[in-house]
Amino acid sequence: MNAVLDWLAALGRAGFEALARLGRGHVLLLGILRGLGPLARRPRLLLVQLHSVGVLSVLIIAVSGIFVGMVLGLQGHYILSRFGAEATLGVMVAASLVRELGPVVTALLFAGRAGSALTAEIGLMKATEQLSGLEMMAVNPVYRVLTPRFLASFLSMPLLAAMFSALGVYGGWFVGVGLLGVDDGTYWSQMQAKIDLEEDVYNGVIKSLVFGFVCAWIAIFQGYDCLPTSEGVSRATTKTVVHSALAVLGLDFVLTALMFGK
Amino acid sequence: MPSRRRPAKRDVLVRIRGLRFYRGDRAIFDGVDIDILRGKVTAIMGPSGTGKTTLLKLIGGQLRPSAGSIEVDGQNIHALGTRDLYELRKRMGMLFQSGALLTDLNVFENVAYPLREHTDLPESMIRKLVLLKLEAVGLRGARDLTPAELSGGMARRVALARGIALDPMMILYDEPFTGQDPISMGVLVQLIRRLNDAAHLTSVIVSHDVAETAAIADDLYVIADGRVIDRGPPAKVKASGSAWTRQFMQGLPDGPVPFHYPAPPLGGDLFAA
Repeated sequence: MNAVLDWLAALGRAGFEALARLGRGHVLLLGILRGLGPLARRPRLLLVQLHSVGVLSVLIIAVSGIFVGMVLGLQGHYILSRFGAEATLGVMVAASLVRELGPVVTALLFAGRAGSALTAEIGLMKATEQLSGLEMMAVNPVYRVLTPRFLASFLSMPLLAAMFSALGVYGGWFVGVGLLGVDDGTYWSQMQAKIDLEEDVYNGVIKSLVFGFVCAWIAIFQGYDCLPTSEGVSRATTKTVVHSALAVLGLDFVLTALMFGK
Repeated sequence: MPSRRRPAKRDVLVRIRGLRFYRGDRAIFDGVDIDILRGKVTAIMGPSGTGKTTLLKLIGGQLRPSAGSIEVDGQNIHALGTRDLYELRKRMGMLFQSGALLTDLNVFENVAYPLREHTDLPESMIRKLVLLKLEAVGLRGARDLTPAELSGGMARRVALARGIALDPMMILYDEPFTGQDPISMGVLVQLIRRLNDAAHLTSVIVSHDVAETAAIADDLYVIADGRVIDRGPPAKVKASGSAWTRQFMQGLPDGPVPFHYPAPPLGGDLFAA
């Protein structure tokens, strides 16, 4: 009987703690968004973060994009050629990338590359009292440290996803046209004819904006809310990657259902 | 001797009354009264875990007390709005145990940081001010180093230069002597006293390094179990009749604070099944 009660008590405690964390996350998000005004007067802070969050992620995004495109070219050609439909390879590659793989894989890679770094950086700043130090210097650490990182992540994500998709299309072209003999003109003209700006491209951009928002929020909150010890920082970093991945994949289903589920 | 218990109100920079602070169910402070006098070096001492750092965070408005009041320069710090609190913090410097320097900036930029944030001074003026502050802590030559290249003592001196960059009225020192070799300890001790007198500051030191702190403090408060158990000038506290104070000031291993963490008798423990 006691074991059951203990179990129930533990469940309740975990529930309350989860709710409290959710509340702290939203309060923090409000604080971050309130910092957008002050940030507009110091664009340099944003530029520095755009570099460390966005520019430094370009290499992994670019390489992954090319390889994913090449695999799409191979797999697509293998299946489409059975039906004699190799001509539509370009459409298949581009649609897969722009609608799904571009935003989703970019977000997953971004969480691993930039999100984990953000969490570790903010967590260590907390552990080494740098955030406290800013507060005592009458500088709001949310405005000064968190808001620029949040906005930089949010802005970088769609740009990185666009780069991923564009390079993926070239990867597919290299395999399909260069190696497997699909007609060059057909590859591009089919793509041009069938890919719809609104339905495909805009929806992909909306997805990556949502993923950017969520990944940045998770990474920054985990860093800011972590226990200021080495164990706390390491756990927060892991949580960033796991939570971001789950959130991206879950949201991707919801968004896809809303956009394409007629 | 004028009554120490009731200093004139204008002489008191920080007035703490009936301070209570709980962490979970544990009382960190349970009714603490402290007066920090203008222009003096006040030390707050006590064993580890008595909440000395917590006290500084309460004075700086980073934590809220469960009960009681803290007035800094006549303003109840926990009744202030964010804007007023930040205005007041510009007039306080705080020296963290780790230094809390911004690791992505070099020494010069760290000291310049509060000036760039809170003033519109031209670059040439900022440069002069920073060099003067660094000169005061003896590190003008280290201006291009990064925080990672500094020793612990140097990092604290840079943090001190940053703390006085805006010419505050008060500096709070969190364990400034912990983990220092004798030379940098001596440097810090002298620096704290000299800065206090030269710049007409008010200094608050929380520490458990008895000899160093007593050497430069004008006033000592000894805290244990959430209460002030002794106060006065160092000489008076050292001569205190309290067994507790004597154990702490002389570093005796056993006394009112037992050597052993509470445990059942050794024999029973060893031969328990």
